Amino acid sequence: MDTILEILSAVIREAISPGTAAVAIAVIGLNLHFGYTGLLNFGQSGFMLLGAYGFAISLVHDIPLPLAVLIGLGLAFVFALVLGIPTLQLRGDYLAIVTISAAEIIRFVGRLSTLKDLTGGAQGIQGRTYQPAFVDLSFFGDGAWTLAPFNYTDVAGGAGWVRALGGLVFVVCVVATVIVGRRLKRAADPTRTAPRTGLDGTLGKVLAAVLVLVGLYALFFAMPVTYGRSGVNGWWVRAVAWTLVALSTLVVYLLVRSPWGRLLRGVREDEDAMRSLGRNVFAVKMQSLVIGGLFGALGGMVYVLASTVQPDALGRQITFFSYTALLLGGAATILGPVLGTVLFFSARILIRESARAWVPDSIMSTQQTEQFSFVVVGVALVLLVIFRPQGILGNKRELRFNV
Amino acid sequence: MSETTIGTPSLADPAARRALMAGVTPEPGAAKQDPILKVDKIERRFGGITAVDVEHLEVQRGIITALIGPNGAGKTTFFNLITGFDKPSSAGSGAHWEFDGRALNKTSASSVAKAGMVRTFQLTKSLNRMTVLDNMMLGAQDQSGENLLKSVFKPLWSGQEKAVEEKAKELLARFKLLEKKDDYAGSLSGGQRKLLEMARALMSDPKMIMLDEPMAGVNPALTQSLLGHIQSLRDEGMTVLFVEHDMHVVRHISDWVVVMAEGRVVAEGPADTVMSNQAVIDAYLGAHHDTDLGDDQVLTDRALEQIEAEVRADEAAHKAAAHDGDHAKHDQQGDKS
Amino acid sequence: MKSRHHVRTAGARAVRKGLVGTMLLGLLLPLLLLVGGSSASAATLCLPKPDETGCISGTVGSRSDPVAGVDVILRDAQGADVETVTTEEDGKFSFTVTEAGDYFVVLDDETLPDGLEQQPPRAAIAGPDGSVKVTAKLGSAVSPIVEVRDQDYDAGGESFSDQIAQSVVNGLRLGLLLALASLGLSLIYGTTGLSNFSHAELVTLGGMVAYGLVNLAGMNLWLGIVATTILCAGVGYVQDRLLWQPLRRRGLGLTQLMIVTIGLALAAQYAYQYFVGASLQKVVVRDFGTTSFGPVTLTNLSFLAMGVAIVAIALVGFVLVKTRIGQATRAVSDNPALAAASGIDVDKIIRLVWTAAAGLAGLAGVLYALVISNGIRWDTGMQILLLLFAAVTLGGLGTAFGAFVGSIIIGLVVELAGPLGAPGDLKYAVALAILIVLLLVRPQGILGRAERVG
Ligand SMILES: Nc1ncnc2c1ncn2[C@@H]1O[C@H](COP(=O)(O)OP(=O)(O)O)[C@@H](O)[C@H]1O
Ligand SMILES: [Mg+2]
Repeated sequence: MDTILEILSAVIREAISPGTAAVAIAVIGLNLHFGYTGLLNFGQSGFMLLGAYGFAISLVHDIPLPLAVLIGLGLAFVFALVLGIPTLQLRGDYLAIVTISAAEIIRFVGRLSTLKDLTGGAQGIQGRTYQPAFVDLSFFGDGAWTLAPFNYTDVAGGAGWVRALGGLVFVVCVVATVIVGRRLKRAADPTRTAPRTGLDGTLGKVLAAVLVLVGLYALFFAMPVTYGRSGVNGWWVRAVAWTLVALSTLVVYLLVRSPWGRLLRGVREDEDAMRSLGRNVFAVKMQSLVIGGLFGALGGMVYVLASTVQPDALGRQITFFSYTALLLGGAATILGPVLGTVLFFSARILIRESARAWVPDSIMSTQQTEQFSFVVVGVALVLLVIFRPQGILGNKRELRFNV
Repeated sequence: MSETTIGTPSLADPAARRALMAGVTPEPGAAKQDPILKVDKIERRFGGITAVDVEHLEVQRGIITALIGPNGAGKTTFFNLITGFDKPSSAGSGAHWEFDGRALNKTSASSVAKAGMVRTFQLTKSLNRMTVLDNMMLGAQDQSGENLLKSVFKPLWSGQEKAVEEKAKELLARFKLLEKKDDYAGSLSGGQRKLLEMARALMSDPKMIMLDEPMAGVNPALTQSLLGHIQSLRDEGMTVLFVEHDMHVVRHISDWVVVMAEGRVVAEGPADTVMSNQAVIDAYLGAHHDTDLGDDQVLTDRALEQIEAEVRADEAAHKAAAHDGDHAKHDQQGDKS
Repeated sequence: MKSRHHVRTAGARAVRKGLVGTMLLGLLLPLLLLVGGSSASAATLCLPKPDETGCISGTVGSRSDPVAGVDVILRDAQGADVETVTTEEDGKFSFTVTEAGDYFVVLDDETLPDGLEQQPPRAAIAGPDGSVKVTAKLGSAVSPIVEVRDQDYDAGGESFSDQIAQSVVNGLRLGLLLALASLGLSLIYGTTGLSNFSHAELVTLGGMVAYGLVNLAGMNLWLGIVATTILCAGVGYVQDRLLWQPLRRRGLGLTQLMIVTIGLALAAQYAYQYFVGASLQKVVVRDFGTTSFGPVTLTNLSFLAMGVAIVAIALVGFVLVKTRIGQATRAVSDNPALAAASGIDVDKIIRLVWTAAAGLAGLAGVLYALVISNGIRWDTGMQILLLLFAAVTLGGLGTAFGAFVGSIIIGLVVELAGPLGAPGDLKYAVALAILIVLLLVRPQGILGRAERVG
């Protein structure tokens, strides 16, 4: 039992970690590229790395934080232009090859020993050299804080059954959210002639939101986590990271519901048709590449807030993980990127920790459990694309008209 | 946008059209009274073969011109060239074409469409994973909500969005696709997609519409209604240039026929005389001995009359619909100015 | 409608069955041939216990300027790898040994930052392959002196023209091996439209299988090369049979297929680490000597590798141009629907292409491990994947001859970039920059054709 609780605790910590939030932001950008515009950007890690370098190097040189953020974003902006100009007029595969190459070039350059003074070479930039500017902004105060502050330990002396009850409520909420979500989707589908379910739009949405909130509370009620309020790896950085995730989601929502979002989808479906309708396809793709890339850079900055700037940590693996997360959540959906990323990282930790706990060391060493979890991730990506290409939130019907 | 700039409204009258074209000598490259499109020295080679080699061609404003020719004659390539989807090999050495008085040699495909020359494709290009209505709404030009900065603020574009949606629904109703508006375009039948592509092209109120084999793969009943649509477009003042293989269809609706073979324009003229032109027969016989040139042996006079009657009936029905559509168009114009 | 549905589910079932098989067979089976080797772990502090353990620990670089992220390899007296650790931020490494005796410590060149190399130790403590000899005692700690220095430490001894001549030959060598691998990539792209991101893992597989057969199982090198090629070709066959063909039947889009290859690449890379470990493994331990022609010096193995590559490439070229199968393959590349209509069994051709492509990639992997990367590691293939894509794109996507030309160009560019002034890893960047410039000027590649609209 204790092992299970420990594993679950590790999973929850991973799920809410700043790293997960950072990748979620990058995946939100990738969703704009791949999900909505159909751009095969395999260099999202390059955008992240540029954002991280621009941000950290600026801070190391005592440039004020807002300006440092702008410098990180500016680098990604220029990178998007440089990538886009030669490739966006060409077939999709070229963009894939050029973006993945360019991201690798960034990494190589970052590792160069000649640039050691600037980028720290292969070792990268130590967190403590740039993090204070951000950490000092915290108004959360000192000391530690537990989420949720009122949890199972406050009821009946922290008895096991209280905890189990909290867990049960969480599971019930997840199931109920899924049911409500499905009904909402069905009700929103105008082509379905089947009798509409009783849930109308707003009521269902409110109910779903309440269920999500209650479920989250129940989760942290049963599995409270404690971190320092401020500090390098505390609640402050988590709060900022997840607020940025929420804001990014909102911005993308506002963008894609507009006629501009319709342009993106049109370009995804058929560029020549869009040209014949008088649309400047190149400009549309460029705008998408830039906006999605800016999200990538923002993700990169968040990524290094609670760790170090390490060129190899932001290599192409991160891009591939991003694709897995995106496809898991559902491409071309609003919440898919966040849901997918959280589930992806949680699942990997769940696999790794379970293997560590229950597979004897003689069969699988600690190192091997890590590798095992990645093998599972790779295989999962393959299975996902084949058996549920629309992901968790995507629309299956849409995929039937694949071109 | 239409009546004032384009010809006289009387072009809806067959006699007026005949009179208009009577003065034109039926020979390749003949000058027209009021050409909307003029093409000079346009040539396109693919490796060894010359797909298009047109010395001079004019397309008369306000009528239906058919572009015919055996397979591989270069019709699609010609479309691609003048709509900016392909570049002539002769670029820089005399290739020149202008639309409505504006040179288009160096214009991108999207700018060509913005200039008022909209095309459809031989292989239909519907936006499959978008709804029929979304497909239509992408046809409308100058939407402020397509500006990246404005798109985030809904009040800035919601008004225009509603107007565009209304217009799209009207056109869909006219093309009998309204009940499909929330379906994915990918779920439509081939014929319906052809209709959708045409309707979508019309959303931009083009001056000239170019249709590449609009009837291919469409069932005969639908062909009838498509023909009706094309004729009513002309009657509203639009110029139509279309590629078609079925000579019966060409005879029925085109006011002028241009024949291409091996990349060249080999003949021009009214539908009934051009078929007997020796160059045309050679072109077709050279390519396909068994091509049916719409010979009366196949299509008896009785059958002809019957189809004609049907087409007329259809036309009448659509004219009524088109009339309503016209009002909407004028209203829109009022909004803009 | 109904019958279609049935077909779909039946197809799905076949895919499901096929998948499980592929996962196991296509990728992991050849690996199961290998015995698990060592694996790299992060350096942990070592505390010697009397009569139980001894420590070998030290720092790479100096205290003030430590080198992090370097793999430090510990070998036993017989020269076999015992353990590999990666240095932390402070450059420290440490091994715990349970037997006293002589050990050798060596740095993994691949993991050293650019421009650095391990300084050869003093003769008194020098071991084989530039390693440092230490004598460990139980209950105490010893610190071998592992120093690094700038690579161009004694450069300049060679004249510039000599350097260029050497680089041209090295470039041709690299180009030929790249061509071997990229031919398959290009053929797959030509016949199926798929950009295969897991192609590099087939290259790595070749090296891994050869390591298992030649180094571990002691097979004769030549036999090992042939056996590896055949085994890898078999993997290609099985992959197509169990994975790609069912997916084609299922009508999966090209983008989805591309993501499938990414998942496969990811799984394969970590599977290699799982089974073989994270350090570089030698295919042959024996030294074959070198030969010099004027200013150019190459190992004898390099000449042989180049010869093998030329023969294999010529064979592929001959098959493509002169035989019926080759003509059919080119017909499928040109227009699959038309090829099918004219009686060509497209599925069979594609399977053949997969088989040949995997075989060629495997062969390229062995030769690469033998003469260029000096061993094989889980990411050996991944490191040249971009060069392969650049080569294929440069020549024109989908044309086999283009892939050959592109590979030679990329090989020369990469090797010449150094002497012509590009620092260290940037030689890859130069190759990719050339690719980008070419795309601007000639989007269809050097030998490709423009596409048709409408
Ligand atoms: N992209 C291309 N590459 C090579 N040849 C082409 C291309 N596009 C068209 N062609 C050739 O040009 C000729 C004219 O084709 P097309 O314009 O499609 O004819 P049509 O539309 O009149 O049937 C044909 O011989 C065709 O094979
Ligand atoms: Mg055509």
